[in-house]
Amino acid sequence: MTSAERVTAAISHQEPDRVPLFMTTTMHGARELDLPLKDYFTSSKNVIEGQVRLKEHYGGDFYYAVLYAAIEAEAFGQDVRWCDNGPATAGAPGIRNIEEIRSLEAPDPRTTPCLQRVLEVIAGLAERAAGETPVVGLVVSPFSLPIMQLGFERYLRLTYEHRDLFWQLMAINEAFCVAWAEAQIAAGASAIAYYDPASSPTVTAPAVFRETGLLIAKRTLSRIPAATAIHLASGRCLPILDELISTGTNMVSASAEEDLAETKARCAGRVTVVGDLNGLAMRRWTAEDAEAAVKSAIAAAGRGGGFILADNHGEIPWQVPDSVLEAVRDAVDRWGRYPLSWVDDEGD
Amino acid sequence: MGIAALPLADFEAALLGTDRVAAGRILEAVCALEQPLVAVEGLVAPVLERIGAGWERGEVALAQVYMSGLICEELVEEVLPASKHRRINSPRVALAVLDDYHMLGKRLVHSVLRAAGYEVLDCGRVEPEELIERVIAEQVDVVMLSVLMLPAALRVREVVLALPQHVRVAVGGAPFRLDPELYREVGADAMGRTASDALSILRSFAELAA
Repeated sequence: MTSAERVTAAISHQEPDRVPLFMTTTMHGARELDLPLKDYFTSSKNVIEGQVRLKEHYGGDFYYAVLYAAIEAEAFGQDVRWCDNGPATAGAPGIRNIEEIRSLEAPDPRTTPCLQRVLEVIAGLAERAAGETPVVGLVVSPFSLPIMQLGFERYLRLTYEHRDLFWQLMAINEAFCVAWAEAQIAAGASAIAYYDPASSPTVTAPAVFRETGLLIAKRTLSRIPAATAIHLASGRCLPILDELISTGTNMVSASAEEDLAETKARCAGRVTVVGDLNGLAMRRWTAEDAEAAVKSAIAAAGRGGGFILADNHGEIPWQVPDSVLEAVRDAVDRWGRYPLSWVDDEGD
Repeated sequence: MGIAALPLADFEAALLGTDRVAAGRILEAVCALEQPLVAVEGLVAPVLERIGAGWERGEVALAQVYMSGLICEELVEEVLPASKHRRINSPRVALAVLDDYHMLGKRLVHSVLRAAGYEVLDCGRVEPEELIERVIAEQVDVVMLSVLMLPAALRVREVVLALPQHVRVAVGGAPFRLDPELYREVGADAMGRTASDALSILRSFAELAA
């Protein structure tokens, strides 16, 4: 099977030849090319080459056309702070006074240089993929983007104390999010990760989520013409899982802080589970730890398809050594082949 | 009023529902019977710890933790105004965010400590060199550092190595929560899984010093 066929079968809740592996390596591409992170991410050619080499090296089933999440804040005019051993992060919040929301204008993805760079990456990867490897794009959800736009604290106060301005900001962000997703799909993205940590019950109370993030996700995802994955960036999902499924999404991320078998049981036949290796713990894993974690995840969620093995945060830290990623690759190859008869044998 | 009679559950429910008025009435009623600092230590601090534990169990959202801390901080400012009541100023505690603009964790700890009656030196977002200078100049005993990103967590070691030996360092934030061995690796003395753990950490530091 090609990676595309493997992933298509899995998200159709069928068993492919083996469990698909989504290696969410963004920064490791720079290591493949022996470049500083800033030099790597400011050139679309570098990122394309990096992703191609990462797939060859680690055997994942996707091209991950993601540079850094703060790129959307950058598109709104915010500073980005480069780091030599981690992702670029958003600088000081762009909206300094909540009244500025009334006159805030969203950038046009087709003419904003940093976003054009992402679109070039997607187009380049789609060409290299030739239909055999899914290219995943990313949007930060309208509900989560204000964490960078305003800073977390002022955003929480906006949510609780200024609902009129909150909804005004959501309208701006929703329009941008849909336009940004459409541009990525037009460039060749096969699926869109909808990055929405603010909707997780880890951050927002389910009752508040139901009257905010859920409505926003339903409206936004219904306008994105591709497969989508709601990604809660290691946040918990179980208390709102039925609501997440009701958005029409195709995939949901699982948290390493929740029971993967329970998550899979509740998702089976409805949405595909993506997760849930602990990327931060990976930094100190041995090859044996990696194999045990992969085996455990596959045993919990692999049967029947509907499962993609990935880390639970959506970005594997720069500090995770190559040897661990190679051990994950090898463990998936060893333990992820369908049918997973070893799971039944060990369960007996 | 004995500790057992304190309306902990009602106060917790008011905070989780972000009902500032109800929470204020409860604290006011307790303050009518107890010294304000006793009320703060017996009602506010334990309830914030309960809410923190609820977040740790996945039963409470971060937004509720934040709003609860904010409400308590405001209420405690009213019952313990700086001019009338002495706050707890020993040990001398400083808070800071290293390296990036993710300030919420520090804000949560600030609220918890202020709501529990502590005097707190808020250093804001700082680079390690600036923090070290301030800690030494202000004769700080305990430094509490909040981070969100792994690179910032790894920079805690720079701070630990440069501080006077008697200064205790506690850390908190997602990298430490998801990798429980990380705080030892960077040389910190303690790690808080929730903001309200700051209180138990200060108690444990005090016991060690005694």
